[in-house]
Amino acid sequence: MNKVSKDNFTQEKYKYGFVTEIESEKIPKGLNEDVIKLISKKKNEPEWMLEWRLSAFKRLENMSVPKWAKAEIDEIEFQDLYYYSSPKDFKEKPKSLDEVDPKLLETYEKLGIPLKEQKVLAGVAVDAVFDSVSVATTFKEKLNEIGVIFCPISEAIQKHPELVKKYIGSVIPVTDHFYATLNSAVFSDGSFVYIPKGVKCPMELSTYFRINASETGQFERTLIIADEGSYVSYLEGCTAPMRDENQLHAANVELVALDDAEIKYSTVQNWYPGDENGKGGIYNFVTKRGLCKGKNSKISWTQIETGSAITWKYPSCILRGDNSTGEFYSVAITNNYQQADTGTKMIHLGKNTKSRIISKGISAGKSSNTYRGLVSFHKKAKNAKNFTQCDSLLVGSECKANTIPLTENSSNSSSIEHEATTSKISDEQLFYCMQRGLDAEEAQSLIVNGFCKEVLQKLPMEFAVEAQKLVSISLEGSVG
Amino acid sequence: MLEIKNLNVTVEEKQILKNLNLNIGKGEIHAIMGPNGSGKSTIAHTLAGKPNYNVDSGEVNLNGEDLLSKDPYERSLNGLFLAFQYPIELPGVTNASYLKQIVNAHRKSRKETPIDAGEFLKILKEKSKLLDIPMDMHSRFVNAGFSGGEKKKNEVLQMDLLNPSLIIMDETDSGLDVDALKTTADAINKLRNDERSFIIITHYLRLLEYIEPDYVHVFQNGSVIETGDKTLASRIDQEGYS
Repeated sequence: MNKVSKDNFTQEKYKYGFVTEIESEKIPKGLNEDVIKLISKKKNEPEWMLEWRLSAFKRLENMSVPKWAKAEIDEIEFQDLYYYSSPKDFKEKPKSLDEVDPKLLETYEKLGIPLKEQKVLAGVAVDAVFDSVSVATTFKEKLNEIGVIFCPISEAIQKHPELVKKYIGSVIPVTDHFYATLNSAVFSDGSFVYIPKGVKCPMELSTYFRINASETGQFERTLIIADEGSYVSYLEGCTAPMRDENQLHAANVELVALDDAEIKYSTVQNWYPGDENGKGGIYNFVTKRGLCKGKNSKISWTQIETGSAITWKYPSCILRGDNSTGEFYSVAITNNYQQADTGTKMIHLGKNTKSRIISKGISAGKSSNTYRGLVSFHKKAKNAKNFTQCDSLLVGSECKANTIPLTENSSNSSSIEHEATTSKISDEQLFYCMQRGLDAEEAQSLIVNGFCKEVLQKLPMEFAVEAQKLVSISLEGSVG
Repeated sequence: MLEIKNLNVTVEEKQILKNLNLNIGKGEIHAIMGPNGSGKSTIAHTLAGKPNYNVDSGEVNLNGEDLLSKDPYERSLNGLFLAFQYPIELPGVTNASYLKQIVNAHRKSRKETPIDAGEFLKILKEKSKLLDIPMDMHSRFVNAGFSGGEKKKNEVLQMDLLNPSLIIMDETDSGLDVDALKTTADAINKLRNDERSFIIITHYLRLLEYIEPDYVHVFQNGSVIETGDKTLASRIDQEGYS
C-alpha cells in the first residue's frame, strides 16, 4: 500500500497490444450492398448465401442501435468502418502451414498460440482468425477421421452447404436485433463445428480471434452443431492491439444440441480494454445463443470477460428439448473506465428443463459492471427449475455494480432460486495477507481468485491456469 | 534484535504511542499488559505496518535494519509475524491454498523454489496435529465460519509455517477456552528458541502461566510505566492496574 507503484503495472498490463506489420487488403469503408457483395465474392460464396446476407441488410435499414444496456456508448459511425480486412494476397486459405506468412505464425506464437505442428498444444485443435479471415486450422485431418468437421465457416459454406443452410440463423433469427442483423449481413469469418452422432470429440476445439487492422470491425460468425449423443468442448480467445480509437467486434454465435448431446462453450475474452483514461478499446457487442433442441441435451456457457472498453453480451439457452439443461458461468472483470453489461437468458420451453446461473462481477477503478439476466418459464415447462447466483465484488469506491435479474413465469410447477451478494475487498483483508508476506497485488489476486474460483474451475484444464493469471493481470494497478 | 526508540504514533489524529522505548533481545519473551485503550494493540499494528498508523517520530530497528520504511509484506518476509486478535476471513480462498501461498511467498524471498505439493501436505499434517487442528479445516475458506478457537489456532499454525524471528501476539488468548488455551500455549512453547523473540500482548495472567515471560511491561497512556519479571504479572492480576 505504501510503495505499490501503479506505473509498474500499466506498462506490462496488456501484453497483447502489439500490431503485426503486415500489409492488408481492405474493402472500401462503408456499409452498403456493394460492400456486402464484395465480401461474399471474396469468400467465393454461393448465391444463396449472398441472398441471405442481402435480405439481412434490407432489414437492417429499418433497425436502430439498441439503447437499453447500462453503458455509455459513443455513437458508432457505421459508414466510417472497414467491414473486411485480410492480409494482402490472401486469396485462398493456405493449404498447409508452410504457405502461411511467417509474420502471421509469429503473431500467434507471440499470443501463446503456436500453430506449427511440432509446437501445437497437445489435445487442443486451433482455428486462427486474423481480422476477417481464418489463417490456419490445426488437427483438421485428425478430426476428419472421426467425422468431426472443424473449419472456418467460410469453408463450411462451400463444402457443407446443407448443414450451414439448415442451421445458420436457426437460433439467432436474422432479424433478432440491430447487431445480430448487422452481423448476418457482413459476417466475415469464424468457426464451424459439426460433431456427428455418438461422437465424443477427443480434443478441445478452439478459435483464436485477433483484430489487427485499424478502423476495422470484426464480425465473427460461429456455428456449432452437436448431433445426437455427441459431446464437444469449445473455447474461444480474443485479443487486439492497443489503439486510440474504439473498434467494433459484433459476433454471432449459434449452438445447436440435438438429443442427448452436450456442448460446453468457453470464452476467455481479452480484447484491448482501452487505456487507464478510458481511451480506445474494443466495443464487444456479441450475440450468443444456444438451442437445446433435443431431449436430454445440455449447453453450458463459461465466460471470463476481462477485456473490451464495453462488453455487451448475454450467452443464452433456449431449452426446448424435454429434460434439457442450460448453464451459464461467468466472471466479468472491469477496471479503469471499462463497462460491462452481461448476463444470460434461460428460456424454459420443455418439461423438466433445468438451468443454473453463476455470475461473478468484479469492478475496480471507475468502471461499471452490470449483470442482466432473464429466466423465463413457458406454460409447457412443467417442473422446470432454475438456480441463479449473482455475486458482485467491488475494489475501491469509485466503481459501480448492478444486478438486474428478471423472471417470467407462466408455469405453475416450476421453481426459481435466486441468491445475490455484494461485497468489497477490505483493507483489513489486504493487510492480513500482506502481514503474511504477500505483496498488495498478490493479496488482491488471492482474494479475487477466491471470489471467482467456482467459475474458473469450469474452464477446460488447459486454460484454467491462464485464466487465473488473466484475472490477476486485469486488476493490476487497482490497489493503492 | 528489536529496538524501539522514542516512538510516537498517531491514529486518526489522536496520539496513541508517546515516546515509547523498548528493547527486545534474541530469544526473549516480553509480555505487555495494560488496561483497554492503553495503546497495546497499537504497538502491534505499528510494528506490522498497518495503514493509517502514522509514525510521527522515532525509530524501530529489527535485526539491525530500519523497519518503518518497509512495506507490510517486506516486514513479514524479514521475519516479523503478527498474530491477529481478530483474524480476517477470506471467503472463497481455501485455507490449504492460502497457507501454501504464504509459505511460497517466503520461500521465493529466500530464492527457493515453490514447495512441492506432497511435501507441503506432509508438513501441514505434522504441524496441524501439534495444534489439534483437523485436516478438514484446511479445505474450508480461511477463517470463514471458524470458531474463535479455530481462528487463533490457525494463527499459531501460520506462525509455525513461516518460521519468523519476531512474533507479536495480540491477545491470542482471548476467545480460547481452557483446553484450547493449553494446546495453543504448548504449541507456542515448542516454537521458543534462542533465536526467536516474542511480544505477548494480553489482558490476563492466564496465558503467561503457560508461557513464561522474561520481562513484563505495564502499559499506560501510550508508554511503559513499569517493567519487571513474571512476578509483576501476578501482582497486576491480583491488584489491577493502579
